[in-house]
Amino acid sequence: MTNNKCKQGIAVFSVLASVLLVGCVAPQQRLYQWEGYQPQVYEYLKGQGNGPEAQIAVLEKDMQKIRAKGGTPPPGYHAHLGLLYSQIGKDDQVLQQLRTEKALFPESTAYMDFLLKKFEK
Amino acid sequence: MRLKTLLKLCVPLLVAILATGCVTSKPYDYTAFKQSRPRSILVLPPVNSSPDVNATYSMLSHVTYPLAESGYYVLPVALVDETFRQNGLTNPGDIHAVVPAKLKEIFGADAALYITVTKYGTTYMIINSVVTVSANAKLVDLKTGQLLWEGSATASSDEGNNNSSGGLVGMLVTAVIKQIANSVTDAGHAMAGTTSQRLLSARPNGMLHGPRSAQYGKD
Repeated sequence: MTNNKCKQGIAVFSVLASVLLVGCVAPQQRLYQWEGYQPQVYEYLKGQGNGPEAQIAVLEKDMQKIRAKGGTPPPGYHAHLGLLYSQIGKDDQVLQQLRTEKALFPESTAYMDFLLKKFEK
Repeated sequence: MRLKTLLKLCVPLLVAILATGCVTSKPYDYTAFKQSRPRSILVLPPVNSSPDVNATYSMLSHVTYPLAESGYYVLPVALVDETFRQNGLTNPGDIHAVVPAKLKEIFGADAALYITVTKYGTTYMIINSVVTVSANAKLVDLKTGQLLWEGSATASSDEGNNNSSGGLVGMLVTAVIKQIANSVTDAGHAMAGTTSQRLLSARPNGMLHGPRSAQYGKD
């Protein structure tokens, strides 16, 4: 009988244990939809990609996927697009992307204003 | 009475053993971090003390993910790099030497992250080749220049061998992972992703959660 009770104890423990363990590794909901953002940033930084047009094409296509799912692009996504547009002289797109970054992430205001000021001159 | 004693012994002891697995021993002093409450983080191009020239940009392109998903606004890393370039700063060492007040003035970020990559690449051994990426990081308040947090992390293609004595299945899994890791052209870059996750995602003794996370203020 003592044995039985201990078995019960172990059963209770198992349940507790699994609850605890789940608490450790619970998959958290992601805040953003990343798509190809980081690989594209790497391509850009390495300077060995297919040029700004190809990178814009990838990011704009991914942006449509993000919108279709009702998701949010990660911090920097629109600003990075702005950087790419600046390299092919599409100034109106640059301004629009930087303003979108600022609207989505007010934390970026100071830096976006710094860039916008340089660009609007 | 004996039953109760047994239960009293069984359950808490085992729970305690389990809980120990979750919580690490030495708690980090977060006083300055919690006072500063940074919302935005400027990641400076990492200083590279490994022999591989790709390390700086490889690491830089990975770090937005763990920081942003932990709840921070991360300034666009490529654009930041470009701004430094336009101001004549191309060397990460020189960039790390810029005074916090100047960084604050241009980028308006609450805190800056100074990363150093200490290991990046493949070590070839007799019957094996191991890809390792190690880095350390310091988070500094840009208003006060105060250190808020520092930590280090490493990731290696060899760790499956050391950790799991998981028998045949474990060996097979390890073999498959190795094959994948070594077949991609830039194995170091893939490993740098794991290192950046371990280094910068919010966890005990690591970075705290930021304001955009539901966990903010709870750690």
